[in-house]
Amino acid sequence: MSDPKDFVAVLDSDVRKTPRRVAFITRRTSPQVRVKDEDRVMTYPEVFFRVVVAMEVMAAALVVTSLLWDAPLEGLADPMHTPNPAKAPWYFLGLQELLHYFPPVVAGVLIPGLVVMALIIIPYFNINVEAEGLWLRNRAKRLRIFGVVVAVFCIFLAVFDVWVALVPTLLVAGFMLLAAQTNPETARGFRRWLVSKPLSFWIMTWFLCELVVLTAIGTFFRGPGWSWVLPWRGSY
Amino acid sequence: MANTIDHLVDQVRENRIWRSVFRSGTGESNLHRALFVQQNVFLHLFSIKARKRTLEFSATWYLGALTFGTFLILIITGVLLMLYYHPSVPQAYADMKDLQFVVSSGVFLRNLHRWSAHAMVFLVFAHMFKVFYRGAYRPPREFNWVIGVVLLLVTLLLSYTGYLLPWDQLAFWAVTVGSNIASAVPLMGSKIRFLLLGGTAVNANALLRFYVLHCVILPLTAILFIAVHFWRIRKDGGIYPGEPGGEGSGK
Repeated sequence: MSDPKDFVAVLDSDVRKTPRRVAFITRRTSPQVRVKDEDRVMTYPEVFFRVVVAMEVMAAALVVTSLLWDAPLEGLADPMHTPNPAKAPWYFLGLQELLHYFPPVVAGVLIPGLVVMALIIIPYFNINVEAEGLWLRNRAKRLRIFGVVVAVFCIFLAVFDVWVALVPTLLVAGFMLLAAQTNPETARGFRRWLVSKPLSFWIMTWFLCELVVLTAIGTFFRGPGWSWVLPWRGSY
Repeated sequence: MANTIDHLVDQVRENRIWRSVFRSGTGESNLHRALFVQQNVFLHLFSIKARKRTLEFSATWYLGALTFGTFLILIITGVLLMLYYHPSVPQAYADMKDLQFVVSSGVFLRNLHRWSAHAMVFLVFAHMFKVFYRGAYRPPREFNWVIGVVLLLVTLLLSYTGYLLPWDQLAFWAVTVGSNIASAVPLMGSKIRFLLLGGTAVNANALLRFYVLHCVILPLTAILFIAVHFWRIRKDGGIYPGEPGGEGSGK
């Protein structure tokens, strides 16, 4: 024990550079922090009871639905007679809508493949794990990249006439710009919330918007020859 | 009266045979409750205790539990439907008509299976987005997220293979549209399609393949991955409690 004061007090949040004894855990620093003295309940009966009640409520709702509405059943399958339009199940109609614009290898193989890959790798990127607000650092540089990416993507969609996918893209991009123009310390709750959102949030939200819009269009607004119809006209 | 019933229940639970099966025994203590979970091969997938705030409705919306609920309904109604179904052409369609006009509650059975299937697909998507927006995919839960993506794909395949089984126009052409996409895969597209359909077009072989996939292979795959999915919740520290210092953490 030469010098009792062989340490220095520093303020650094990077645990790889500065191993510490005293840690001040701030929001989002690490999701693995254990909170002590937390209220716990027994899985049996408390958790099981709640889960069973939730399932019962849902089962009741499904039973009522099944009593009120019959599952569709059309005529016997006939390979000689193609219905118009021939539609996939509703959860694939977003893809079928894309199939209308892009060649099958893009809409049917490339895009779903990329989506599945993107979903799988989400938790393996530190940028998603740390989940820092997109505009909190390097704002000017990120705005330039953002502008180029959105512009190129919108031109790409316009070239292929995919106006239906352009609308959600512009909507999400608009909110991203709003977030970029917001002071992180602002007192306005919604904009403060927007500016705290990381890149992964924006991409996922864009994906969700596209999924909902494309699926809804494919399900309700497409008729014979994949032309536009209004669902309340009941033309197909 | 209530006392008598309680007494009777206790007597059954203290019976030697009962105790040989369920070892947790009678009693209301937390030890008994812990043993009830820990000594059951199925419940053993779950932890003995849970953080209270993870049980709040806003934490999960119970979407995972509800998805599993639809899966249970689908297994029960699916097994019952198998009793009335022949995976052959055109008998499959005749069986649909039998369900409609001959079998007691046949229409209800098929309705419940169909609507629960749609509900399951919807709930799986909803569960995924809820987990994402809560940030619950982050380490140490990253592998459970990947298992979840696998379960999403299994669910879609289950629903898609089931779609063909009624062998009506809707089924036939929906699966034709879908299987044509498979042939767009570069180099081996037509081979994949042939493997999937057991032929060059949707026919009796395709119906049999989809039936086997729908009733045996995919449900077993789903059960396997669901078991790992649940077990990993316990191994990864329970349901994601939210950010430290976030809402409801008491800090």
